[in-house]
Amino acid sequence: MIQTIAFYLFATIVIASAVMVITARNPVHSVLWLILSFFNAAGLMVLVGAEFIAMLLVVVYVGAVAVLFLFVVMMLDIDFAELRAGFMKNFPLGIAVALILLAELVLGIGAYQTGAIELGDPSGVGAPRVGESNIENIGALLYTKYLFLFEAAGIVLLVAMIGAIVLTHRPPKSRRSQQDVGKQNRRRPEEATVMKSPPVGEGVEL
Amino acid sequence: MIGIEHYIVVSAILFVLGVLGIFLNRKNIIVILMAIELILLAVNINLVAFSAFLNDLVGQVFAMFVLTVAAGEAAIGLAILVVYFRGRGSIAVDDPSRMKG
Repeated sequence: MIQTIAFYLFATIVIASAVMVITARNPVHSVLWLILSFFNAAGLMVLVGAEFIAMLLVVVYVGAVAVLFLFVVMMLDIDFAELRAGFMKNFPLGIAVALILLAELVLGIGAYQTGAIELGDPSGVGAPRVGESNIENIGALLYTKYLFLFEAAGIVLLVAMIGAIVLTHRPPKSRRSQQDVGKQNRRRPEEATVMKSPPVGEGVEL
Repeated sequence: MIGIEHYIVVSAILFVLGVLGIFLNRKNIIVILMAIELILLAVNINLVAFSAFLNDLVGQVFAMFVLTVAAGEAAIGLAILVVYFRGRGSIAVDDPSRMKG
């Protein structure tokens, strides 16, 4: 009974805050609704016993991604009223596409509920061991069978980090950094100076 | 009793809301990125629900990888957004005239 109440609470808040994310006038409010949505999605995941993914969702999304969004939204000085201009114009098309997509998904779920597809039992390697916590089970799976995928995920994050730095980094434009030490050291007297002996009464042509 | 169907329905609604968000806020690239995050969240809920109800942990491992890719995508997307804003002073994406090569 308590699970049912908790599920409907979490699910309602997730969907309501997702609606607010896409309709809020101010993107700062959108980010805050997004955070609420992620928190409640984490609650949904805790309900089925996936504590590790739920905590990862809170740490990664709320702690990193949402704060990144908030940072960018507040850092850039953007005219939000101008960006809202096409909202009503795009509304009919958006609703139409969304309704078609929803109808297809409802069809798929209905077919699943009638038992259209036979889902087999897990083949053994992915089955959680009884008596161990969710994190222990995931760790045992992640560091053995999926070790290389785990490393690949690390490389994806590394590439994303380097890419973000390369894109946004600007070299500092101070006076010190305009001094080219190597060029100064390479400069020799022979190529920098010339000897001239101008005749009397005439100028020098350089 | 809550079954897997409930979770799939929540995930489907969240996915549709994400797609609708992309259509509604076509000019505001920040909200578009947030809508993509909503779509990936829907995918994650789906993976975790199937993983739990089918008693197979591979779904949760895969949800972790989806989370990784989502974090990387947000970082790169926002970096591109910052560069774009520096060059133009606006983030309206409906003007494709600067998108040449």
